[in-house]
Amino acid sequence: MPEIMIRAEKLRKKYGQIAALDGISLEVERGTIFGLLGPNGAGKTTAVKILTTLVRPDEGKVEVAGTDVVGDPVRARRLIGYVPQELTVDPYLTVREHLRYYADLYHLSPALKDSTIREVVALVALAGYEDRRVRHLSGGTKKKLDLACGLLHRPPVIILDEPSLGLDVQVRRDVWSYILRLKEQRTTVFLCTNYMDEAERLCDVVSIIDHGRIAVTGAPASLRSQLKGDVISLRIASSEDAQGGNLKTLEKSLSGLAIVQGTVRDGTELKIYVDSNEIALPQILQSTASLSIPIRSITYSRPGLDEVFLHYTGHPFAEEREKDG
Amino acid sequence: MAEFAQETRAQLVRWLLHLKREPFNMAFNLVNPVILLIFMGGAFQGLAQDSLGGDYRTYLLPGILALTVFGNSMAGGIPLLFDRENGVLLRLMSAPISRASILVGRFLAVNINTMLQCLIILGLGFVFGIRIATGLGGVLALLLIGLLLGFGVTVISLILAFILENHGDFFAVLGISALPASFLSSAFVPLDSLPMWMRVIAWVNPMTYTIDAMRSLVLSGWNGPLLIEMAIALLVFDTAMFWFGGRVLRRHLA
Ligand SMILES: Nc1ncnc2c1ncn2[C@@H]1O[C@H](COP(=O)(O)OP(=O)(O)O)[C@@H](O)[C@H]1O
Ligand SMILES: [Mg+2]
Repeated sequence: MPEIMIRAEKLRKKYGQIAALDGISLEVERGTIFGLLGPNGAGKTTAVKILTTLVRPDEGKVEVAGTDVVGDPVRARRLIGYVPQELTVDPYLTVREHLRYYADLYHLSPALKDSTIREVVALVALAGYEDRRVRHLSGGTKKKLDLACGLLHRPPVIILDEPSLGLDVQVRRDVWSYILRLKEQRTTVFLCTNYMDEAERLCDVVSIIDHGRIAVTGAPASLRSQLKGDVISLRIASSEDAQGGNLKTLEKSLSGLAIVQGTVRDGTELKIYVDSNEIALPQILQSTASLSIPIRSITYSRPGLDEVFLHYTGHPFAEEREKDG
Repeated sequence: MAEFAQETRAQLVRWLLHLKREPFNMAFNLVNPVILLIFMGGAFQGLAQDSLGGDYRTYLLPGILALTVFGNSMAGGIPLLFDRENGVLLRLMSAPISRASILVGRFLAVNINTMLQCLIILGLGFVFGIRIATGLGGVLALLLIGLLLGFGVTVISLILAFILENHGDFFAVLGISALPASFLSSAFVPLDSLPMWMRVIAWVNPMTYTIDAMRSLVLSGWNGPLLIEMAIALLVFDTAMFWFGGRVLRRHLA
């Protein structure tokens, strides 16, 4: 029997009229990376705040490592390492002072403090920065320090809220590798993300959350493979289509085809969901030719998590992000 | 208890590091007291000579000290409000710490800072020829009285840090609090030269008791009854603030 390290049952949380969480349930096994994937405003941070004892749910139960988070928050806090979405480092301190500060807040003994700090510094590759002021660090290095502060007490459960938000590609990759190393050490990781590739790359299990509800849960690969059909991405030359009129016309005409299940327009790109690309491609090309719309590129692929999101929520992920973000 | 000490010391160390790294933040609060001491003390010297029968700068010093204490204590909560605004506070609250350590750590740091500022003002006064009638013992007593006032005012500031929406509101409160707190007291002129309504307000203003006691130490000597009156007034003020602060902050830091 796998050991369940995080268990949430029918969590509800309302802010005024908004149901930030509308009855979510989830389970996370020890030593796995669990991802809560959803657009801005989906309720991810609210879920994290409940798990980390910062917000009380209106209804529902939460357990972390067998401890009731609402009933015994003090005990739960010792079991959790939490790194919030926004940077929380103190610019006036040095890296070492910062780590000592958190080491004291987590009651590390003087004997353990320095050796633990060294371990964590090595884990997130901060060696050499110990005596620098946080103020002078790059954004990526600040984020590494922020992460390090959440690992000092070696908690069995780590909760990361959008850990790679706004980081450049290299730092992002570094952060991913630390997260994978935590998993090797049998730490349980709960992470929220807004990035499909992050969920795909890191998570053993993903729950897709939208409007406070979990739409579907599963391993990223199996969620994708359960979707039938293909995705065709068609791009037209942007200069030809200042107002998006051509793409709209094309979208309209393609929607009429029996083989097309749906379309999503994003700038100069049109995504076309079809049963089978072999049959659909010739028909699509025929339509563009008869409308004399010049195509810049056309590719097809198996569905990704984008399509999983669309399939289970009935609306595209990106559109939501534009609206809220 | 050992854990509480460790957490609180960590919070205190953090704020003392801020003080060490940004000593000029302290200068910010000292601007007004220093201007008052140097310029106003000088400007009214001749005028006050006749009516007060002494050095106006020496007469002003207690009011300036009280203003220094008031200003620094009243601003003391601001860093916690910044922590609240940028998510640091929530992160601290997710740690297994007593919430009181956040308040106690800040409280201690503010009052240490206040003492340093009072010493700077006293040193500057010394340079301008101000001599304390009660000597070194008097200096110590001045600092203690400053602390008694500072404790209660710091608690007010900590409460504000948690009940106000944002730091803009806090700065507004700061801006409008310092002047009335000093004018509606015996800071600049003797109480009996104030109109009746101002005297009534001054009578419930803890600044008045602070300044009267300090003034006797600076100008004349040890005045037992006056010191006892001050101690009672400030202890009542502090106790009331601690009681009220405990109630309010317990709710806001649940
Ligand atoms: N403190 C709050 N007060 C009012 N509304 C809130 C608060 N926190 C979150 N919300 C609302 O709840 C919804 C979910 O927010 P959040 O959990 O932050 O989403 P996410 O982290 O997925 O972007 C949003 O509509 C947001 O505006
Ligand atoms: Mg969020």
